[in-house]
Amino acid sequence: MVKEVDVRGLSCPFPVIKVKKALDEGGKESILVIIDTEVSVENVSRLVRSRGHDFKVEKNEDIYHLLIKGEGS
Amino acid sequence: MREKIRLTQYSTKSGCAAKISATDLTAVLKEVPLARVEQLLVGIEHGDDAAVFKISENLALVQTVDFFTPIVDSPYLFGQIAAANALSDAYAMGGKPITALSLVAFPPKLGYSVLEEILKGGRDKIEESGAVVVGGHSLEDKEPKFGYAVTGIVHPEKYVTSKGVKIGDKLILTKPIGLGILATALKGGIIAEKEMMDAIDNARTLNKKASEVMMEVGVNGCTDITGFGFLGHLHIMLKASNKSALIYTKKMPIYLKALELAQIGFVPAGTHENKKFVKDYVEGEPTKDAVLMDILLDPQTSGGLLISVPSVKSDLLIQRLDEEGVKTKELVGEIVKGKESHIELV
Repeated sequence: MVKEVDVRGLSCPFPVIKVKKALDEGGKESILVIIDTEVSVENVSRLVRSRGHDFKVEKNEDIYHLLIKGEGS
Repeated sequence: MREKIRLTQYSTKSGCAAKISATDLTAVLKEVPLARVEQLLVGIEHGDDAAVFKISENLALVQTVDFFTPIVDSPYLFGQIAAANALSDAYAMGGKPITALSLVAFPPKLGYSVLEEILKGGRDKIEESGAVVVGGHSLEDKEPKFGYAVTGIVHPEKYVTSKGVKIGDKLILTKPIGLGILATALKGGIIAEKEMMDAIDNARTLNKKASEVMMEVGVNGCTDITGFGFLGHLHIMLKASNKSALIYTKKMPIYLKALELAQIGFVPAGTHENKKFVKDYVEGEPTKDAVLMDILLDPQTSGGLLISVPSVKSDLLIQRLDEEGVKTKELVGEIVKGKESHIELV
């Protein structure tokens, strides 16, 4: 199960806030964050890293997928 | 019982973080060259804080304009900060503000009592400086914006720019940095206004005393730290004077809360624009510290003066700033010989 968090079109700091909320909800699933700006990728990466989660970022045309690995994956 | 207004919820970007990026702006302005006349002592060419225009042998006008979207929730405080911010550019040139015209953009649905509070905050701060509000202009807008066009006076031979900065000068900074991050976190509801009161109080503190002391002691250059961040404004100063600087990153006065918030990603969009503007000119070990770099590039609003003083007078400047009640007077770096406009962080 992958939870999706779409932060496209949100201006700072709302991408970070939305992802923070998803992380705060807990749960073991992976979270896929859909991002449209490099700025938001950097900020979200910073948040995720500070929470000690593993993640990876891939660019697909003009959107970024940031996948936060859940437990047991 | 009226619900407390949260002005930050009405803007898409916070404060000076909403400026057009330096790189984009520079490209546009290149296409619109401005006329030069003899009386224009300081124009736009070197990114100085205000224009200086000679009127007579003893008198020159100092002119500057600044306005932006809310970075705090309270209307009165927003007015105060906007006024202090607009006046700051006049102070950075060693000018004495005399008049101010207000610039207002306002969504009627916010309620005109909110606009009243903003105007009161601004007026009180303008009057505190010794200047007077003499009028203004307003427009309806989806987002509130506020600021002033300020006119000041200075002696035509005594104003301060960045061109005169000399190798060996010490760099003194008169307010901490990190307000952009705090304003972003406030907007996101992660912190409350009262958690950033020290930053708000600094932002609404006039650079008046710092400017008067600088004029009394005699300095080589000055700029104020605002939307392009500490490194951005330092870079502009170095480009104007064709010098380089060494910055002691451990001496930089930074809001602790801003450091914590930067660590979890609360970095305004403007920071990334500022990074693009200076990245080719900044080097040193500390550049690897992403959080520190975000702070050094954090867009400020109504920041402190960055004063370039001959090293022999730096202790005197700091002492006089202290005597006049200027809270921050940190020696953050020096002007050195080096690659043009380069900033070395240590």
